[in-house]
Amino acid sequence: MTQWNDNPVLTVEHLTMRFGGLTAIDDLSFNVGRGDITALIGPNGAGKTTVFNCATGFYKPTEGRLVMRRSNGEKFLLERLPDFKISAHAKVARTFQNIRLFGGMTILENLMVAQHNPLMVASNWTLGGLLGLTGYRHANRDAIDHAKYWLEKTNLLDRADLPAAELPYGDQRRLEIARAMCTGPEILCLDEPAAGLNPKESLELNELLMYIRKEHDTSVLLIEHDMSVVMEISDHVVVLDYGVKISDGTPDEVKNDPHVIAAYLGVDDDEVDEIEEEVGL
Amino acid sequence: METVKKPSLLESSVKDAGMGAFVTFALALVMVGMKVDVASGLGAELFIEYRWTAVAIAVVTVFVGRLLLNLFFWKPDNPLAVNLSGLMPSGDSATQIGKALKPVLLIIAIALPFALMFWLGARGSRQYIDLAILVTTYIMLGWGLNIVVGLAGLLDLGYVAFYAVGAYSYALLAEYFGFSFWICLPLAGILAAFWGIILGFPVLRLRGDYLAIVTLAFGEIIRIVLLNWYQFTGGPDGISGIPRPSFFGLEFKRGDGGFADFFGLDYSSIHRIIFLYYLILIMALVTNIVTMRLRRMPIGRAWEALREDEIACRSLGINTTNTKLTAFALGAMFGGFAGSFFATRQGFISPESFTFIESAVILAIVVLGGLGSQIGVVIASVVMIGGFEFFREFEEYRMLVFGMLMVFIMVWKPRGLVSTRAPSVTLSKDAKGISADLVQEGHG
Repeated sequence: MTQWNDNPVLTVEHLTMRFGGLTAIDDLSFNVGRGDITALIGPNGAGKTTVFNCATGFYKPTEGRLVMRRSNGEKFLLERLPDFKISAHAKVARTFQNIRLFGGMTILENLMVAQHNPLMVASNWTLGGLLGLTGYRHANRDAIDHAKYWLEKTNLLDRADLPAAELPYGDQRRLEIARAMCTGPEILCLDEPAAGLNPKESLELNELLMYIRKEHDTSVLLIEHDMSVVMEISDHVVVLDYGVKISDGTPDEVKNDPHVIAAYLGVDDDEVDEIEEEVGL
Repeated sequence: METVKKPSLLESSVKDAGMGAFVTFALALVMVGMKVDVASGLGAELFIEYRWTAVAIAVVTVFVGRLLLNLFFWKPDNPLAVNLSGLMPSGDSATQIGKALKPVLLIIAIALPFALMFWLGARGSRQYIDLAILVTTYIMLGWGLNIVVGLAGLLDLGYVAFYAVGAYSYALLAEYFGFSFWICLPLAGILAAFWGIILGFPVLRLRGDYLAIVTLAFGEIIRIVLLNWYQFTGGPDGISGIPRPSFFGLEFKRGDGGFADFFGLDYSSIHRIIFLYYLILIMALVTNIVTMRLRRMPIGRAWEALREDEIACRSLGINTTNTKLTAFALGAMFGGFAGSFFATRQGFISPESFTFIESAVILAIVVLGGLGSQIGVVIASVVMIGGFEFFREFEEYRMLVFGMLMVFIMVWKPRGLVSTRAPSVTLSKDAKGISADLVQEGHG
């Protein structure tokens, strides 16, 4: 079998999500390999963001389970954890399709908020910090350095003291990734990171993601419509259509899969019977 | 073809003002025009007094007011409000003025009683020091509420409940167990924080308007319990004879062993007033220092992040329930401290002191001062509470002036007097404040 089944960081098993009568995801299973960049693609309304929301605790799945295996051997059943614990303990970080930054706070503050949990411990749950103990002051300085590191990687360092809402769109996208990385995740879920970016920015994004994967031992799961990003950087592609997985494999395999072509482009009239037979209708 | 003619500014303004005047007429006809009164004399009959002039005045005021607002603020292409805010110092210079203003205000606050004593003498300055105590109490309450509303963005309309819990904690502990003020002060704060958490648990799943309504109800519940639990709280009779605070064990009394005797001064009742003033000043400053420090700590940043975007907070691993609860509890604690000070200053408390209007005044101070701004709260309390008391002679009109002031602020500075937000952490030294239109108000 392929590498992502040998050592998966996240395993999605028989995931089903129903909203009333609507089945958004139907019995979906796939693996996210450790250290891989995995792309989740599919036409609009295929249920990609719903998978993300299940994995990050914003929805509770109707059926199925999501197993997160951290590199230290700990195992988490994500469907049972409240959303904030998924980020804090299971180390799953995410970004949002419609960017959610703390607009009235500076860029640096955004990254400091992301380091809330370690800083809370360092400040003895605020008490030590309030009394001005040195432990917290060191931790605070380290947190600023950590934030600076990510600002440098995302080319935002010179604008660190500007409010996040003043940044242009592409920079906001990068800041959101930097903020997610500041939580020290083992898997980074990106919801359409290249949406609205120009080709140059897309290219920079590719480099950033490759860098994150290489230097930080972080697996990446991304939803993306921009095929130049998907085919360029991903190791593994999962294709959804109407909540059902229709293809799963390397970018090349997926590109030539007739199901995928049918889902994206439709088929010629004379091929309908043939395809239907193949799909099993 | 005939193009649709855009109505001229004057025409549309007059039309709009006319509509406003008509609505006023319809409302005022019954509510202002007819007043039920009791006839003096033996019969004590009810009769209706007609006041058509008052109706006319109301209608004319609304017509003229709306016309002017339409002409100069709402309708024109370059409203006067923009020109007006141009007169205000811009964000940068405002923060600089703010920086210079803080030590000046502090020095004034510290020197105030002595300056007053110097100019007016013990007798003449008493009422002004009393007023300063009142203003400082509201500053402290405003700072306490600022944590909840300004930083965490949770709209709390029942803040006075914690003020009441603090006041009654001290009064009851003193009455039943004979505890002194200095023991009760921390206890009152802890009890108020405890009630803050008890209220917070069920309430903080609500957002926005719902949260506001439930906190409002909680404020009323506390007051009504205090009013009706006659055996325990004395109900409407209140609690009197609440002990006064001592100065490190020295009581403010005439004769041996008193404060004046110990320091070799002539006894004067002003000593106690001045002591109370410094007490509340220190309590308020502690509130301020704690809040300013908390803003720079992870918990404070989490509050502000919560106000900006709760979902993003959760995606970053912040326990939003606990974060909201700490904001609620801390705000409540400072309310409790202020409450126990209120009890010891007055020597008498009754549920009447803790009505909804108090919550509304404190909230108004925070909102008019500028959400999240500490210096704004000071200015707003001085203007609102101080102004309110200063113009006591014009009793009839001060509500009117109060209302007009509010409308003026709403038109001129809708985000409060001091609306720029200072970043809690910066890389460069000359970082600028964040303009108010970028900062969220919170959704509850």
